[in-house]
Amino acid sequence: MSELRRPTAGTKAVLGFPLAMLGIFFLLPFGVMLATSFYHRIEGGFYEPAFELASWERLLQPVFIERTLFSIGICLLAGAVCIVVAFPFTFFLTRMRRRPHVTLLVLIMSALALSEVIVGFAWSVLLGRAAGISNILVWFGVMDEAAAYQPGFVAVLLGLCYIAFPFCILTLYPQLSRLDPELTEAAQTMGASPSRTFWTVVVPIGRPIIVAGFLLAFVFTLGSYLIPTFLGRPEHWTLSVFISDQATFNANVPFAAAMALFLTGLSLVVVGAVTWVETRTRR
Amino acid sequence: MRWLKWILTALVVLFILAPLVVVAVVSINENRYMDFPPQGFSLHWFAELWNDTGWREAIVTSLIIAVTSAALAVAIATPMAYVLRAYDVRLAPILYSLGILPFMLPPVISALGALVFWNSLGHSGRIENVIISHAIFFSTLPLITVSLAMETMDRSLPEAAQTLGANPRTTFRTITLPLLVPSMITGYAAAFVLSLNEYIIAFMVSRFSVVTLPIKIVNDLRYGFTPTIAAVAVVFILIATTTFSLFALFGNLLKFLGADPAILERER
Amino acid sequence: MQARGGLRLEGLVKRFGDVVAVDGVHLDLPPGQLISFLGPSGCGKTTMLRMIAGLERPTEGRVYLDGEDVTDRPPHLRDIGMVFQTLALFPHLSVAGNIGYGMRIRGVPKSEIDARVTELLDLVSLHGLGDRRISQLSGGQRQRVATARALALEPGLFLLDEPLSALDANLREQLQVELRLLQQKLGITTIMVTHDQREAMTMSDLVVVMNQGRVEQVGEPLEVYRRPESPFVASFIGRTNILRGEVSDGVARIAGRPFEVDRALEAGPVAISVRPEDAHLQTTSTPETNALPGRVVFVRDLGELFECYVDCGLDEHVVVAGSPRERVTVVQGQPVSVSFPREACVVVGG
Repeated sequence: MSELRRPTAGTKAVLGFPLAMLGIFFLLPFGVMLATSFYHRIEGGFYEPAFELASWERLLQPVFIERTLFSIGICLLAGAVCIVVAFPFTFFLTRMRRRPHVTLLVLIMSALALSEVIVGFAWSVLLGRAAGISNILVWFGVMDEAAAYQPGFVAVLLGLCYIAFPFCILTLYPQLSRLDPELTEAAQTMGASPSRTFWTVVVPIGRPIIVAGFLLAFVFTLGSYLIPTFLGRPEHWTLSVFISDQATFNANVPFAAAMALFLTGLSLVVVGAVTWVETRTRR
Repeated sequence: MRWLKWILTALVVLFILAPLVVVAVVSINENRYMDFPPQGFSLHWFAELWNDTGWREAIVTSLIIAVTSAALAVAIATPMAYVLRAYDVRLAPILYSLGILPFMLPPVISALGALVFWNSLGHSGRIENVIISHAIFFSTLPLITVSLAMETMDRSLPEAAQTLGANPRTTFRTITLPLLVPSMITGYAAAFVLSLNEYIIAFMVSRFSVVTLPIKIVNDLRYGFTPTIAAVAVVFILIATTTFSLFALFGNLLKFLGADPAILERER
Repeated sequence: MQARGGLRLEGLVKRFGDVVAVDGVHLDLPPGQLISFLGPSGCGKTTMLRMIAGLERPTEGRVYLDGEDVTDRPPHLRDIGMVFQTLALFPHLSVAGNIGYGMRIRGVPKSEIDARVTELLDLVSLHGLGDRRISQLSGGQRQRVATARALALEPGLFLLDEPLSALDANLREQLQVELRLLQQKLGITTIMVTHDQREAMTMSDLVVVMNQGRVEQVGEPLEVYRRPESPFVASFIGRTNILRGEVSDGVARIAGRPFEVDRALEAGPVAISVRPEDAHLQTTSTPETNALPGRVVFVRDLGELFECYVDCGLDEHVVVAGSPRERVTVVQGQPVSVSFPREACVVVGG
């Protein structure tokens, strides 16, 4: 038992620097963005101070609502696919012998270090008509003619999964590597098959990190701009793309600001809701 | 069940490797069109990276931004992580959430916020904007690593220093800070890599005046494909793989990722 | 060596929220001795030590060191050296770096530091290991470095928080003797927290027995062993039989049988402590006083030690212990009687 001391004046001053930085360069921009969402849009990408609800009203348009639902949908799907594959994979990974274990980790960390633009580019080539999967299949005689799978829904989904996957593994890894092997061994001595053991012992224990990994993947993919742009048609674009386009090419900054604030709220609500549900249903 | 395990692993490995292999193949292709099977072998697209001013400038710009913003991120995060964990600060959970928030939200939000903020100051399109915005956005990473280091540090260490006559400031300088350095380096490295790769914030904040590597790649792709882009990608991949392999060989990669050292001891 | 380190604690209380860790402790401890704070986990002994060190602030009460009120003084201004339970050796410094730390931050010249570190390394039998990294040392070696570091500045008070608990049994016993000899050689006032009563008995000049935040008894080890003042102290130090009964007409009765003791008794419930090695087994008829009839429940013959568990109708089995020479041949289920000599009966409470 030991209590922490209260900070002295000098200590509070030390805390002042980071707080000032965050306040000025994070909170203040948020405030400016909030104000901007009420501003009046001028042609040519400018805006002037005003108090209009025009931008906020556009959030209620079907176009926007549809885009929102699509974004949430594809990101939930990507998150689900990622975690469903990552969980058993990471579990097996932690049980592997040292050499394959480390090799795989190096591979995954390397994928993590890739820029999203490179991932988008690489997948667009892989799923394209010039030098991708279909070309390989044609070469082997499986297909007659090369086909392009991008831009398309599946392409975007695969791209989103690719960037979120290493993060999922990183979230799951610490807990799963600490999972006492004797737990699964005990279950097996009681007659449970390996697959039964997995579902009745490993998964329930891993539930908190499964939820955490899923949420992480969801929020992360929601924030992706380049993947939907590279690999999808406009109908596959997520809110992030919409917002940046409104701010830059369409030059409607107030509307972009309103959408950005909406997206903030949305992210917080989803994370909060899932965390709440998980905490409630924990035995 | 055994075969299932290996099939899953094989599929995952294939999934991760596929784009990397494709890009590598394209980068060594002789001519400038993508085709499969590749025609001829050439490394001249890699040389292009160095010879072309546009690419060289983009690389330098990205490096300048990454080096400075990562340092600033650590400078912001370390005092915060230390004070919040070493003292009983009333609003600690809220302040910590504030520190986490920038990175947890979709980047386009921070990007747009930065854009309107710098515009309102009449200070747009400058490299400092990108540096500061990146620093804030990525400060979450060192905040997490340093906070974790503070949490796992043996509390008796600063106490022992005090019983040996060190006042709080000397204790921090000679004991706490040296022990935090590894986590600060990790946070720096993470912020550095992410800043190097970051597109949307850099784009919205500086638009066409500051061209980072990702921005140049996206711009170039709009005008048509050149294998130089693939060469950039391969260089990135090689650097990442080499760094992590070295880490795995000489450092303790598994422990770094959170594995329990005691379980690692067990003979597998 | 000077006799510094006289410690006086007045009305010391420590509360953590609703939990009372230390509940009103008054102690006046002499300098130059090795004093143990002994008790089970959670009894408040470590909290007491930390308040003496200045690492915790008392909720109430004062701490006096050599007559000076140090209650409000932070640890770095107190004349103490401390060995922590985790040893708290600085991992980023070498052995010499650790030991010389206190001197270094005071600006002592390097040559002096080096000389003193060498002296200390010899003192704790770690000659020549100054350049090693902490991770390269064994458990026993680390313990010695922690000791050397704490003593480097010749503090008036030497504090140890369960210093040997991380070591295995053989090493622990060896270091108990080493630490005690070191303390005697330096004559330094030492306070040691431990939950191991054998450790306390081995090393101390004085034992402070604590339970639930309070001091139950203070005394020399053998005194506390022979004359425990409460059932808790009697059972915590060594093993004992606690016989509970009633006093009527000035005579103590256990299970109805009269017991004579070396003390005047008041009416009411009584608890008598008799160590197993003082009790005797008899296979003949039960004596009039200070004896109980019973049945053998279990015999434990370890060669060098002989123990017999007897059911005498009390709450717990009576344990009779003895050396091989005193071995009595009994079998399980055999009716026997146990006699408790008057001089071995200690009244420990009501």
